[in-house]
Amino acid sequence: MAKLIIPTPLRKFTDNQGSFETEGATVQEAIETLTELFPDLKKHLLEADGKIRSFVRIYVGDDDIKALDHEKTSLNNDSVVSIIPAIAGGSAGEYE
Amino acid sequence: MSKTSFSKEELERYSRHLIIPEFNIEGQRKLKEAKVLVVGSGGLGAPLLQYLTAAGVGTIGIVDFDTVDDSNLQRQVLFSMDQIGKPKVNAALQRLQGLNPYITFKAYNTQLTSENALEIIKEYDVVADGTDNFPTRYLVNDACVILNKPNVYASIFRFEGQVSVFNYADKEGNRGPNYRDLFPSPPPPGLVPSCAEGGVLGVLPGIIGSLQASEVIKVVTGMGEPLSGRLFLFDALTFETRTVKLMKDEEQLPVKELIDYEFFCGIKDQKVEERKVKEITVQQLQKLRNSHSEFQLIDVREPYEYEIAELGGELIPLGTVMDNIDRISKEKKVILHCRSGIRSATAIRQLEDAYNLRNLYNLKGGILAYADKVDKTLAKY
Repeated sequence: MAKLIIPTPLRKFTDNQGSFETEGATVQEAIETLTELFPDLKKHLLEADGKIRSFVRIYVGDDDIKALDHEKTSLNNDSVVSIIPAIAGGSAGEYE
Repeated sequence: MSKTSFSKEELERYSRHLIIPEFNIEGQRKLKEAKVLVVGSGGLGAPLLQYLTAAGVGTIGIVDFDTVDDSNLQRQVLFSMDQIGKPKVNAALQRLQGLNPYITFKAYNTQLTSENALEIIKEYDVVADGTDNFPTRYLVNDACVILNKPNVYASIFRFEGQVSVFNYADKEGNRGPNYRDLFPSPPPPGLVPSCAEGGVLGVLPGIIGSLQASEVIKVVTGMGEPLSGRLFLFDALTFETRTVKLMKDEEQLPVKELIDYEFFCGIKDQKVEERKVKEITVQQLQKLRNSHSEFQLIDVREPYEYEIAELGGELIPLGTVMDNIDRISKEKKVILHCRSGIRSATAIRQLEDAYNLRNLYNLKGGILAYADKVDKTLAKY
């Protein structure tokens, strides 16, 4: 099973779990399974039309899925899928 | 042109560089001739500025508009207690000039804006982005792209750090990916971690800012392979590090001019959209309490914030307010509060929209204002 790594800012939506085993055969299947399990995660990862949002990158191994087969990129047992979010800093005051 | 020379004192100071065969006096000369601008003198700026100063970067610019606060000292090891309240650039200068007298410093006690960014950045060879917010990150990036400057980027959040070298020209003069190739646009404010979800492990900027300093030195001296076209990721909790490939995003339009970055990041937008809610001041709350009037006080912060300071309100975190409608009075005056008043206003809007309640009041300025104006024994955070 492939491994899916959740970054810190999104762990609040996964009960603080940092990684998951996924049976998904493609990136899309892996993300779908994850967002079904944690529906609140969905809007942080996907646009309404299902596309990956512009402030999140998905990697399989060292490669951006945009350089591979996008959401259809296939996964095998050794694949590591990383979700990489935009982070700006630990500042408390910016948005509140 | 005559070669940049060093005094006896400088040669002795930098001797540990000079005896590295690959570095030697040529590397030191490039450092001395270099002009590096550090944007932000906070958590990342502290190691960055100290190591760049110690290493002998000839001219260092520092941009920051903030003043030193006690809560900075958990991670901003450039500052000390006697500097609290002072402008950060002045406090930084005081420390850095004491560290290395052979450096020319230029301090900008101002916020980097679309109006001044090009004027400031054009004087420098390399920019190091150690800021803490999305608008300034896009501003630094775009200004560097317009002016063809390499941008050594680092960012931190809680236990995680990211490092990359953006807009780096290789030997053929081809520019590598920049921040917009990585993240074409920022998360809308509602989606980014708010203050309740911010925070950073104090040592993390020390680690990540040191890596950033190392990349600045590599870019300046031309040593090794800068982290261009790659993104380094560090998770202090698992001690996992990854270096992934970055590519240019062909769909990105070229950056031609600076824009309104607050607007771009949806901050101004949000301010306009928000509907006003009824407010009560901290002094009015104090009077209500003293007169033992009937009212309900609800705290919409998270439990770990309640541990830092509280006003005795019922704890119903923002995310659970709608599920706890039964606990909210429909008759009495209900006062909601959070840290600064933003989350409690959001809670009120949600409740008003869903249940048409008209008895809800927002504590203006939140527990921070209460700590400032009513109860000075409360801890601010």
